[in-house]
Amino acid sequence: MSDIIRKFTRNVPEWRPRVVPVKLKDATQEQLNALKVTPSNTKVSGYVLTLAHDVESLAVRSPLFNAIMYDRGGMSRAERELGALGASMVNHCIYCAAVHADRHAKLTRDTTVTDALFASGEEADLSLRDQAIFDFARKSAEAPPTAGPEDIEALRNAGLSGEEIFDLILSSALFGWANRLMHVLGDPVPQKVTV
Amino acid sequence: MSLSETTITKLAGVVADSEVASAVSARANIIEMTQDAEDAVLRPKDIGAFGHDLRAAIAARVANLAGDGMLAAYYLADAGQYAALSDPNTPGAAQGQEAVLALVDKVANQTSDVTALDIQILQVAKISDPDIVRLCELVAFLAFQIRVIAGLRLMQSEAA
Repeated sequence: MSDIIRKFTRNVPEWRPRVVPVKLKDATQEQLNALKVTPSNTKVSGYVLTLAHDVESLAVRSPLFNAIMYDRGGMSRAERELGALGASMVNHCIYCAAVHADRHAKLTRDTTVTDALFASGEEADLSLRDQAIFDFARKSAEAPPTAGPEDIEALRNAGLSGEEIFDLILSSALFGWANRLMHVLGDPVPQKVTV
Repeated sequence: MSLSETTITKLAGVVADSEVASAVSARANIIEMTQDAEDAVLRPKDIGAFGHDLRAAIAARVANLAGDGMLAAYYLADAGQYAALSDPNTPGAAQGQEAVLALVDKVANQTSDVTALDIQILQVAKISDPDIVRLCELVAFLAFQIRVIAGLRLMQSEAA
């Protein structure tokens, strides 16, 4: 349809499901538990209501997602966002790319890196460290994955520790997962303007 | 659960007391939750249209599409009557799974090309919306697991 957003942007779109999401009023107790719906929290996105069709997966995926992106130690949050963005650009998940480019820009208080990536893709002129991180995330996201020993060497040369490299493996791979839900089960469309 | 007993660490060949093992141990919670996620997509209580054997066959097929023969063999062991579907050259018409496998293959390896039409094809083939979500969760999880294993193998071979 004509309103689908096809270009990378930091303006987070709305996500329109291609299947009918679970209706909150019809949700089972197991679904409500996975959705973390409580009397004081009844706002649930269409995306999460879509995933509630497979409640056993949803219940384990949400804490796993949060641990990979937000747990302390290891690679910085902004660099994990760069890993997420690399995968999302390969898989052309406009929605995920927008969310994680926006988070990267906010965490670093700088739009230079994501502007360059959206303008030039893998040809973007980045710092040695960002380049090594983005290249690994991008190649890891290819299908089949194409990251090789030279990419690990580039990460080492850029100063990453083993723990940071593992966090990058996890954050990029996590978006191999998230992109295959967001990009496959719905479309990115402009946010509705509320007056 | 011991970290050395998870699918990821076993198949990546993570060596005890190595720098890789130390990086993995620092994220033990993530490794354990990944194993829980494998159980949720491969062996769920609510199977929908996809029994555990068919899910295992699809998982082996996706692993083969990614060129990971070891992971494919791990899943193939549980594929039972659907074992033939682990071969990406099998279209699955004989098992009534042609539309399902067409989506599996595209989501796995041509992700960026998936459009609304691919989902409509399944809906026309009378695959329910909950089953479409279940199928996507299975393939999407495997994309994650395949890439974590591949990354750990790279780290492990760097250390060797």
